[in-house]
Amino acid sequence: MSDARSIAEAVRSGETAASEVVDSSLAVIAEREGEIHAFNIVLADEARAAAEAIDRRVAAGEDPGPLAGVPVALKDNICTRGIPTTCSSRILEGWCPPYDATVATRLAEAGAVLVGKTNMDEFAMGSSTENSAFGPTCNPRDTTKVPGGSSGGSAAAVAAGFTPLALGSDTGGSIRQPAALCGVVGAKPTYGFVSRYGLIAFASSLDQIGPLATSVADAALLLDVVGGHDAADSTSIPEAHASLAGVLGEGVSGLRVGVIDELSGEGVAPDVLHRTGEAAEALSAAGAKVEEVSVPATTYGLSAYYLIAPAEASSNLARYDGVRYGLRVDAASTPEMNEATRTAGFGDEVKRRIMLGTYALSAGYYDAYYGKAQKVRTLIIRDFATAYESYDLLLSPTSPTTAFALAEKTDDPLTMYMNDVCTIPSNLAGQPAISVPFGTGDDGLPVGVQVLAPALGEAAMFRAAAVLEEAAP
Amino acid sequence: MSDSATSLEGWEVVVGLEVHAELATRTKLFSGSLNQFGGEPNTNIDPVSLGLPGSLPVLNRQAVELAMRVGLALHCTVQPSVFARKNYFYPDMPKDYQISQYEEPINVDGWLELPSGRRIGIERAHLEEDTGKTTHVGGSGRIHEAGYSLVDYNRAGVPLIEIVGRPDIRSADEARAYVSELRAILVAIGASDGKMEEGSLRVDCNVSVRRRGDTDYGTRCEIKNVNSLRSLGRALDYEAARQVDLLESGEKVTQETRHWNEEEGRTHSLRSKEEAFDYRYFPEPDLVTLDPDSAWIDAVRESLPALPAERRHALAERAGVEPAEVAVIVERGLDALCIDAIGAGADPARVITHAEHNLAVEGAAGLDAAAFAALVGMETGGELTATQAKQVLAEMVDTGADPKSIADARGFEAMDTGELEAIVDGLIADNPDQWHKLCEGDQKLTGFFVGQVMKATQGQADGKVVNRLLQQKKDG
Amino acid sequence: MPGRITRDDVAYVARLARLRLTDAELDTFTQQLSDVLEHAGDISALDIADVPPTSHPYPLANVFREDTPVPSVDRGEVLAQAPVAEDGMFRVPPVLGEAP
Ligand SMILES: [Mg+2]
Ligand SMILES: [Zn+2]
Repeated sequence: MSDARSIAEAVRSGETAASEVVDSSLAVIAEREGEIHAFNIVLADEARAAAEAIDRRVAAGEDPGPLAGVPVALKDNICTRGIPTTCSSRILEGWCPPYDATVATRLAEAGAVLVGKTNMDEFAMGSSTENSAFGPTCNPRDTTKVPGGSSGGSAAAVAAGFTPLALGSDTGGSIRQPAALCGVVGAKPTYGFVSRYGLIAFASSLDQIGPLATSVADAALLLDVVGGHDAADSTSIPEAHASLAGVLGEGVSGLRVGVIDELSGEGVAPDVLHRTGEAAEALSAAGAKVEEVSVPATTYGLSAYYLIAPAEASSNLARYDGVRYGLRVDAASTPEMNEATRTAGFGDEVKRRIMLGTYALSAGYYDAYYGKAQKVRTLIIRDFATAYESYDLLLSPTSPTTAFALAEKTDDPLTMYMNDVCTIPSNLAGQPAISVPFGTGDDGLPVGVQVLAPALGEAAMFRAAAVLEEAAP
Repeated sequence: MSDSATSLEGWEVVVGLEVHAELATRTKLFSGSLNQFGGEPNTNIDPVSLGLPGSLPVLNRQAVELAMRVGLALHCTVQPSVFARKNYFYPDMPKDYQISQYEEPINVDGWLELPSGRRIGIERAHLEEDTGKTTHVGGSGRIHEAGYSLVDYNRAGVPLIEIVGRPDIRSADEARAYVSELRAILVAIGASDGKMEEGSLRVDCNVSVRRRGDTDYGTRCEIKNVNSLRSLGRALDYEAARQVDLLESGEKVTQETRHWNEEEGRTHSLRSKEEAFDYRYFPEPDLVTLDPDSAWIDAVRESLPALPAERRHALAERAGVEPAEVAVIVERGLDALCIDAIGAGADPARVITHAEHNLAVEGAAGLDAAAFAALVGMETGGELTATQAKQVLAEMVDTGADPKSIADARGFEAMDTGELEAIVDGLIADNPDQWHKLCEGDQKLTGFFVGQVMKATQGQADGKVVNRLLQQKKDG
Repeated sequence: MPGRITRDDVAYVARLARLRLTDAELDTFTQQLSDVLEHAGDISALDIADVPPTSHPYPLANVFREDTPVPSVDRGEVLAQAPVAEDGMFRVPPVLGEAP
C-alpha cells in the first residue's frame, strides 16, 4: 500500500476508489493479522460503508477532505461512538461509548476511514503491549519480538502495512518507543496540541495523542488533521498552529542541535548509540550545528514519572467500579462489588500502578513522593529551557534497545520501565518529540532516533525528522 | 444517654458551620447538561456528569461568577485558585473523585455579620461539584437495611459553593441566625435559591464544647443531615449536651462524623472508626488555573445589591433603633419602604411598628411610601386610632387606595371624647359588679372595659383615651 | 524519603483502591513496589524545598465554557451499557453507609 498522502490525492481526484483502498487494507489485514494481532476489533463492514460514502461524495463532485479514503487505525483507548472501546482491559470489555473522541470526529471529517481499534498495554500501562487482556501484539519485523508499547497495536498496524496511518497515545513514550521498535515514524506533540477529549485517561498531565505513519510527511499530515484547539479539553492550546506538512522541505541548515549527554550513554545499547551518532552526523551534513549538551535533570525523569503517572492513574481509574458501565462482579454490598469487579477486571500491571500511585498520594507520603516528583518536573523543564537557549532541537535515542523478545521482561517491572528512560522527559516537560527510523541494530531490527523540541517547536522538529528520514541508512 | 435537661452551665459550645449551596446556573459546573434535578432520573446527563471514560471537565463561567458574588458578599478575598481531586469511592460520585478546591480556594478570609452585630469569620468559600442521588430500596428506605440502591446522576456535577465558617458561633440560636443570614445573602445576590428543605442549602456542623474560660478547643464532631433551621437548633443542643455528659462523666469525645436523626432527636455515629479516609487530594490535571482579573472582580463587586447587614444598618440609623430591631423588616424586604416613609416625614417608631407587625403580608413591599407616610401622619395626628390605622393599612396593601379615602369610606374618624364618655358610662351602669371590683383594685378588669368599648365602637375608639376615661371615673 | 514500603502499607493502599490481593500477591507486589520506590530514592537526595511543583506542563489559565445547555445523552443508550439498571437508574448492591 502506498502512503497516505498519495492515497488521499488519488481518491480526491477520482483516480482511485476509496473502496478499493479499504479492500486492499482489509486484504493485508486478513493475511497477517493472525500472526500479529494488531487489532482488538477490525471494522470491515463499517469501513467498507464509509469508503462507499466517500466514493459517492467524490462522484458528486465534493471534496471529502485531506485524508479522503485513507484507512486509519485508532488505539483502543480513543472513544468511538457505538464501537467497542476497551483499553485492552477486561473491565471495559464490550463497552461502547455514547460519543466520539474529538480526534475521531476530525478524522471522519477529513475523510479518513476507520478500519479498526488497535491493541495496547492495558490502559496504556506498559512498553511491550504484553499487558493486554486480549493477548500480546507481535512485532511485524520479527514476530518473536515485542512491538513496544503501549501503542504497540497501532505501530504494528502501520509497520505491517495494514493501515498507512494510526493514532496512538503517548504518556511516557508510548508512541515513540513502539514506532522505534517497529521501524515507523511516531510523534508526541506538545501537551495540549491534540485534544484529549475522548482519550481514556492514563495520566492526564502527560497523555497526548499523536500520529504513527510510514513517513514523516504522513505523520505531519495526520497531525495537521487531528491537532488544533478544542473547547472540550481545558488543557488544549488555544493558539492555532501552522501546517506541518508544509514545512518538511525546509531542511535544517543553520539549526543548532544538541545531543543529550544523559540519554546517550549508560543503559543504551551500543548499536543504538552508534545509530544516534550517525543521525547527528547526518544533521550536521545537512547544515545543522550539532554539539553535545547536558540536560542534567533528565536523569531523574524515570523516578519522577513512575510517581506522577501512577498517582494520576490511581485517580483516573477509580471510576471503573462496576456501577455505570463495563464489567461488574456481583457481591453482597457495593464496596465489595467495587472490589470484586476491580480485582477481576484489572491486570497486574494496572493494579501495580494503581497501588503505587495510591501510595504516592496517601496521607503522610504525598510530600515525599508525589510532591517531590512534581518539583523534579520543574527541574526538568528548567534544564530543557536552559538547553533551548543554545539549541533549537535536541537529539537522543528513542529506545535504549531494539525490540526485545516476547516475555523477556514481563517478570521484572522495573527493567520494563527502563525502556522509557529516553522518552519520559518530553512528557514531563510537555514538549514535543518524534521518533524516526534510522537503520537497524546488530540484530537487524529497527532503531529509532528521537528529535526533541521546545513547546510548540513541532515545525523545526518535523524539518529535522524529514532530513533524518532522507539520510537514514 | 443525654437529655435536654443536661445543664450546660459552666460550659461553652463552639460551633463552626460548613454550608453547601447549589449555585443557580443553567448548566452543570463542568458540562452542559441542565442544572435541574428531582424529575425523571438520568435525563440531564452527559459524558462528564456520568464520569464516562475519556470525558473531560470544562469550567462554567457563570458558576465562577456566582462563586465570586458569594465571596465578595462575604467580604472574602478573591484569589487565584486551583481545582483538586478528592478521591473516595461512592456510587453517587461518577468518577469516584470529586472535583473541588483544596489548598487554593477561590474565596478566602471573609466574615458575615449577624443581626446581633456579631461577626462570624469565613475561612473560605470554594467551588465544587455535587454528587448524584442514591435511593435505597427495601428496609423502609433506610441505608443500612436496604436491599439495594438506585442511582440517579441528574444532580451529579451541579455547581456547589462550600462556605466554611470559622468556629466563632457560640450557641444554637447563633447558628440558626448565621444560616438565616447566609441564606438571605445568597438569595439577595442571586447565587442560590437557598432552600434548605429541598437540599439546595445543606449544613454540616462542627461542634465541640469546652469549660468556660478555656482557650483551647475541645474535640469536635461533625454533624450531618441537618435539613432545617429547626433541626439545626435541636441537633446542636443535643450534641452539646451529649459531649458535656461524656466529659462530665470522665469520658472522652471521639472525633467522628455523626448523623442527626430527626425522628429520634439524637445524633449517632456514622461509621466504624477503623475505616480509613484518606482523600489523596492532588491538583486536578484536567483543569487549568482559575485567575479572575481585577476588572472582572471589580465588575462583580459593583453589581452586588445592598446586603442585609448594610440594609439593617441603614434603616436602623434612619429610625434611631438598633440594627437587630429591624432584622425582620429587612428580611421581608420592607426596609426601602420604611426609609422612604420616614423620609416623607412619618414617625419612625410608628413606621417600624407597622412594618414589623402589620405588614407581614405579600405585596407589602409594593406599598407606596408616600401613602404609608400619610397614613402614619393621620395616626399620629389623632385622625385615626392605632386599630383603625392597621385596618386602613391592610386595605392599602390590598387595593392600593390612599389612606384618606379608605378611612372616609369606612367612616373612620377619631371619636370625640363626649361620645366615648357616654358609652363608658353606659357600660359602668350595665356592669356594676365588674366596675366595683375594678375600683377595689382588680386591674384585670380594665381590659374588660376597654374590650367592651372597642366592641361597642367596632374598634374605632382610641385605646389610650378609653383608659384615661376609666381612670378619671375611678378617681372621680 | 520514608522507609521501605511494607506489606501492611500495600494492604492499606489495596483497600483504599478497592483491590483484593491474595497473600502471595501481597508478597509479590510489596517486593515490586519496593523496587520501584527504591529506584525513585534518587530524587529523595535532591534538596529542592524551594523549587515550586509543576502540575501542568503547559500552563494555561481561565478556560471556560458558557452556561449554555447541551442536550442530555440518551438515557436508554447509557443504561443499556449499565451492568444493572432499574426504573431509569443504575442499580447497585446495598451501599452500607453514607458517603464520607
Ligand atoms: Mg467540607
Ligand atoms: Zn464539600
